[in-house]
Amino acid sequence: MKDVTAIVDYRAGNLTSVRLAFEAIGVETVVTSDADTVRGAARVVFPGVGAAASAMENLRALGLVDAVREAATDGRPFLGICLGMQILFEHSEEDGGVDLLGILPGRVRRFPNVPGCKVPEIGWNQVKGLGIEGVPDGSEFYFVHSYYAEMGPHTLGITEYAGVEFSSAVRRGNLVATQFHPEKSGRLGLVLLKDFVSC
Amino acid sequence: MLTKRIIPCLDVRAGRVTKGVKFKNNIDLGDPVEMALAYSDGGADELVFYDITASAERRPIDIGMVEAVARTIRIPFAVGGGISTVADMERVILAGAEKVSVNSLAVRNPGIIGEGAREFGAQCIVLGMDPVHSGNPACPSGYEVTTRGFREFTGMDAVEWAKRAVEMGAGEIVVNSVDADGTRAGFELTVTRLIAEAVPVPVVASGGAGKPSHLADAFNVAHADAAIVAGMVHTGDWTIAQIKDDLAAAGIPVRRTW
Repeated sequence: MKDVTAIVDYRAGNLTSVRLAFEAIGVETVVTSDADTVRGAARVVFPGVGAAASAMENLRALGLVDAVREAATDGRPFLGICLGMQILFEHSEEDGGVDLLGILPGRVRRFPNVPGCKVPEIGWNQVKGLGIEGVPDGSEFYFVHSYYAEMGPHTLGITEYAGVEFSSAVRRGNLVATQFHPEKSGRLGLVLLKDFVSC
Repeated sequence: MLTKRIIPCLDVRAGRVTKGVKFKNNIDLGDPVEMALAYSDGGADELVFYDITASAERRPIDIGMVEAVARTIRIPFAVGGGISTVADMERVILAGAEKVSVNSLAVRNPGIIGEGAREFGAQCIVLGMDPVHSGNPACPSGYEVTTRGFREFTGMDAVEWAKRAVEMGAGEIVVNSVDADGTRAGFELTVTRLIAEAVPVPVVASGGAGKPSHLADAFNVAHADAAIVAGMVHTGDWTIAQIKDDLAAAGIPVRRTW
């Protein structure tokens, strides 16, 4: 298998920052909507910003569902980011309820309305439990989201907002996914990306 | 806990960062990309660039600068000035900016807010506004929106405009007080608080930051989610780290590892 890092483009947000962040650590990427390219990649990055329902529709329309499922489950390094993490779970409350890929057990819920806590959560929040060398526990990463994944068996990083403790990062084997944006989280975000490409 | 964001603002004129007082008397401060890197390395949480003459000169924004910044820093940044259409927004976002900021344009053409939010998501669309304390009876909050760098009064109430913009899809509001801009005498807390309490999205205090306690007031008194700094850091009088140390000592959550 060629050493290709594929960034999956399923019309769910802008991929420039993700591509540039990998460039910054010396990793060439291929931005692709092609299932065979995803299948042939050594590593797969699955970003995403926006609404879960339209993202699922786009994945189906582009014929990417099976290729993404394979990449996330066959042992290759796989990195989901933001909506690309949420979509790995079973179900989201968004838009009255959306069935997701169901690769990871658990549900995605909307933050409750709590005085003083704006939704979406925008900004830098602490992540506990990542356990990545070079990232002090409790360091802040950059978040932009209105929905969160509930704590579950694969929770790696834990963050608190609006009175809720949620899964801000998950890991199952070589599958890692983050609710925050490592590509926009400064030097520590790049440490996480380097950790991903080294596995 | 979500931290309060400190956002250096870089006003760009002809490819250089400049600083003026109440939009006048601009002096040269440096290269935008070099300054962006220095602030990013120094602990800024986000940056905002305003192409300050693009709107007045009715020309598009300098995309080359946006691309250069995006290649250089790994923290979010917003870009404003000279954004007239959704196509302009798309160019800025594809160049690597996290957010686009609309101000005068949105007053002339409010539909751009909803169009931009539908295309790129509300989190990408920032409404900047320049309210001024005015006696205009059409503005019950006491604050009137001005445009084009304080050159035009709109007759629009600042709080009503903020609420309407959020309904249309703005994901964040930057409240830049014309009265306080460049004075380094503190933010205009009253209008910032009125807007922060009126809208469900983050509000950014802008204009007037001169020392860390001004930012503490923006967060504690005006309930802002973020604060813009300019002269106090551009001159070297304060570093981002010093500001954050002071805020942390005052019990305000800030990001201190970068």
